[in-house]
Amino acid sequence: MWLARENNISEISSIYNSKEMSKHQLDHLEQLESEAIHIMREVAGQFEKPALLFSGGKDSITLVHLALKAFRPGKFPFPLVHIDTGHNFQEALDFRDELAEKLGEKLIVRNVADTIKQQNLAEPKGKFASRNALQTFTLLDTINEFKFDACIGGARRDEEKARAKERIFSVRDEFGQWDPKLQRPELWNTYNGRIHKGENVRVFPISNWTELDIWNYIRRENIDLPSIYFAHDREVLEHEGQLVAMSEFIQREDTDKISTRRVRYRTVGDMTCTAAVESTASNIDDIIKEIIATKTSERGETRIDDRVSEAAMEDRKKSGYF
Amino acid sequence: MDILRFITAGSVDDGKSTLIGRLLYDSKSIMIDQLEAIEKQTKNREDGDIDLALLTDGLRAEREQGITIDVAYKYFSTPKRKFIIADAPGHIQYTRNMVTGASNANLIIILIDARHGVIEQTRRHSIIASLLNIPHVVVAINKMDMVDYSQDTYNNIVIDFAEVATSLGLKDVTYIPISALNGDNIVGRSQNFSWYEGLPLLDLLENVEVQQDSDLAHARFPVQYVIRPQTDVLHDYRGYAGKLISGIYKKGDKVTVLPSGLQSTIKSIEIGGKEIEEAFAPQSIVLHLEDNIDVSRGDVIVSSNDLPKLEKELEVLVCWMGNKPLAEGNRYLLQINSRLVKTIVTEIQYKLDVNSLEKQYSPGTVQLNDIVRATIKTASPVPYDSYSKLSVNGGAILIDETSNVTVGACMIQ
Ligand SMILES: Nc1nc2c(ncn2[C@@H]2O[C@H](COP(=O)(O)OP(=O)(O)O)[C@@H](O)[C@H]2O)c(=O)[nH]1
Repeated sequence: MWLARENNISEISSIYNSKEMSKHQLDHLEQLESEAIHIMREVAGQFEKPALLFSGGKDSITLVHLALKAFRPGKFPFPLVHIDTGHNFQEALDFRDELAEKLGEKLIVRNVADTIKQQNLAEPKGKFASRNALQTFTLLDTINEFKFDACIGGARRDEEKARAKERIFSVRDEFGQWDPKLQRPELWNTYNGRIHKGENVRVFPISNWTELDIWNYIRRENIDLPSIYFAHDREVLEHEGQLVAMSEFIQREDTDKISTRRVRYRTVGDMTCTAAVESTASNIDDIIKEIIATKTSERGETRIDDRVSEAAMEDRKKSGYF
Repeated sequence: MDILRFITAGSVDDGKSTLIGRLLYDSKSIMIDQLEAIEKQTKNREDGDIDLALLTDGLRAEREQGITIDVAYKYFSTPKRKFIIADAPGHIQYTRNMVTGASNANLIIILIDARHGVIEQTRRHSIIASLLNIPHVVVAINKMDMVDYSQDTYNNIVIDFAEVATSLGLKDVTYIPISALNGDNIVGRSQNFSWYEGLPLLDLLENVEVQQDSDLAHARFPVQYVIRPQTDVLHDYRGYAGKLISGIYKKGDKVTVLPSGLQSTIKSIEIGGKEIEEAFAPQSIVLHLEDNIDVSRGDVIVSSNDLPKLEKELEVLVCWMGNKPLAEGNRYLLQINSRLVKTIVTEIQYKLDVNSLEKQYSPGTVQLNDIVRATIKTASPVPYDSYSKLSVNGGAILIDETSNVTVGACMIQ
C-alpha cells in the first residue's frame, strides 16, 4: 500500500473492511498475501543475511509491496539486489532506482558486464545474444561478496513444469545448484531454513500465485509498474512469430522485418530475450481481460530462451539460476 | 473467490495423472504452448492421442526413468474458486510424499479403479487421510467406462469403502463415478451416468465448504519476528509480527505468552500498517501488547481463557522421512511453527501398519515411510494442541541437526 498511487489510498484500505472480513473469511488474494507475508517473516526470523532479488519486473515489485506489508514501519531486514545484465529496459531501471529511493531501502546493483571482464567470460554471440545464462555467475559472486544466506525471489510454480516441484524454501549448494532429489519435504506451514556454511536458500513467497493472481493483486493494491507493461508504440523486429524490441544489443540484418507496433510486455527481462505482445491494453483492467482471453502461457509467449529445449529451465535451475 | 487445496491419491495406473490433466484441460488452464510441448512428446510415443498425464510429469530425470519423484503443485481456477493440487506420485516413497502433500490439504480425492475396487492401497490412502485429519474426502471411482458404467459395480465399491470410512472415522465422504480418460462426470454431467444423482467432480470441488476448516475458536499466535524501527519518531514501537494460525483476536483481549507464562492485554492490532479492531485466522498481523514484557521469536501468544498444553514430554505419531533409520536415543531438532527446540526420542512404542492399522509393538529399526508412535523429550517446554483437535498447532517437523534435513513429520497426540 505504500507503493500505491496516492489518489487511491481509500480504495486499498477498504479491502479489509469488505463483507468477507465480517464473515471472518479471506478471499483468495488475501490468503495468498498472508501466506507470502508469513514466508517473508520466516526469512527475517531464520536467516542472518537475507536479500531480496529485485529484477524490476512485476513479480519482484509485488514482492517489495509484500515486504512493506510484512515489515513496516520497520526497515526491510534485507537489501534489494539487482543483477543487471546490461541489457535491461531503461524504463525498468529507472523504475527500480526511483522505487528504492522512495522507500528509503538499500539497493545493491551488480553488473554482468563486470563479471565478464573480471572472469574473462565469453560474451554470448548470435543475433539475440543473451546474457541471461551469465547472470548466474554474477549472482553467485554477489552472494559470496555479501555472504547472503537466503535470497528471496519472485518465481511462481505455475510458470513452468520444473518450477511446479520447487519448494518454498529451496536449498542450494555452494555452487548455487539445485538438486531436485535433495529437496526437503515441506509440511504444514513450517519452513526448515537450516543450512551449512556456504549453502544458501532461495525463497519463493509467491510460489502459489498464478500470473492472473499477480495482476489481480496489482489492481487491488494499486501497485505502480514500469510503463513497458502497458501498451505503447515500439520499433520491433519480427522473429519466428515473436516481437523483439529493436535495441543496440541486437544485430541488425537487411532481411529483418522491422516495424512499429503497439505492444506491451508480460514479463520484463533482457531486451534480447523478452518478447513483446501486440496489445492495446493501456490499463490493468484491460491487461487482465487480455490475460483471461489469452491462450499462450506467460513463459511460452515471451521468453525466447525457454524455447531452446523442453528442459531448458531445469538445466538453468540446476546451474544456480534464480 | 476462495482457495481449495487438495491432494489426489491413488496407486500407480489408477488414473491420477489423467484425472489432473483432465481437470486442467477441461477448465481451460492449459495454454497452447504447453499443449504443443506435450503433443510433441506424445508423437514420439506409440499411440496417437495426446497424453494428458504428461501435463503433470515434471522433471526430466523422471521422464527418463518413467516415474515421478516428488510432490508437484498444479493450479487452476474457475470463477468460484482457485484450486491448488498437490500431486503426490504413487510408488515406494509414497507415504512420505503423500503426507507432505496432505499436510496442507482441505480435501483428498481417493482414486479407485472400478475394475479392482477397494484394495490395500485404498486403505493406506484412507488411513493417511485420517491420520492427517484431512477435512473432506472424495472417493472417485475411475475407469467406469471399462465396467460399462455399471451402477452395481459402483454401489458395491461404495459399500466396501463406507466400511473403511466408518472404521477410520473419516468425516464428510462423498462418492463419485468417473472416467478420467473420457472426461465423464468431471466437468459437467455425463449421459453415461444417468443413474448418478450427485454433482460432477468439478462442481463438487467448487462447492465444498472450506470456511469452517479454519478454527476460529482457539486464538494462537506464534511470534515470527519483532518489528523495532528504533527511529526517533517510533522509539518505543515494538510490534510482534506473525500469523494468527487459529482463532480471533480483539483489542483488549487478555493474552498469555508461552512458554514464559507472562500475561498482558492486546493494545492494538495492525495489518499492512493499518490499525484494525479484530483479526482472525489466517491473517498475518502485527500485535502490540500493553505491557513491556519479554517476547521473542518462537514464543506463542495465546488467549488467557484458553491455554494450549505446555509440556516437555510429547506423545507423537511420526511419519519417518529420513534415509537413516530412526531409533530410540536419537537426537533431533523439533520445529513447531516458529519454535525450534532440541529433542530426544526416548521411546518408540509401536509401528503402525499403514495398510491395516495394526500395531507392531517393539519394532526393530524404523525406516523411511514408516509411521510410529513415539515419546519425545524436549529441552524446553513446547506449547501445543493435539493435532486431531487443532492441527495448525499440533504438527511439527524433526530436523537432523547434522545434515539439516527434515527427517520426520510429527502429529502430536
Ligand atoms: N479406460 C480408461 N483408462 C483410463 C482412465 N483413466 C486413466 N486411464 C488409463 O490408465 C493408465 C494409467 O493412467 P495414469 O493417469 O498415467 O495413472 P497414474 O499412474 O495414476 O497417474 C493410462 O493408460 C490411462 O490412459 C479411465 O477413466 N478409463
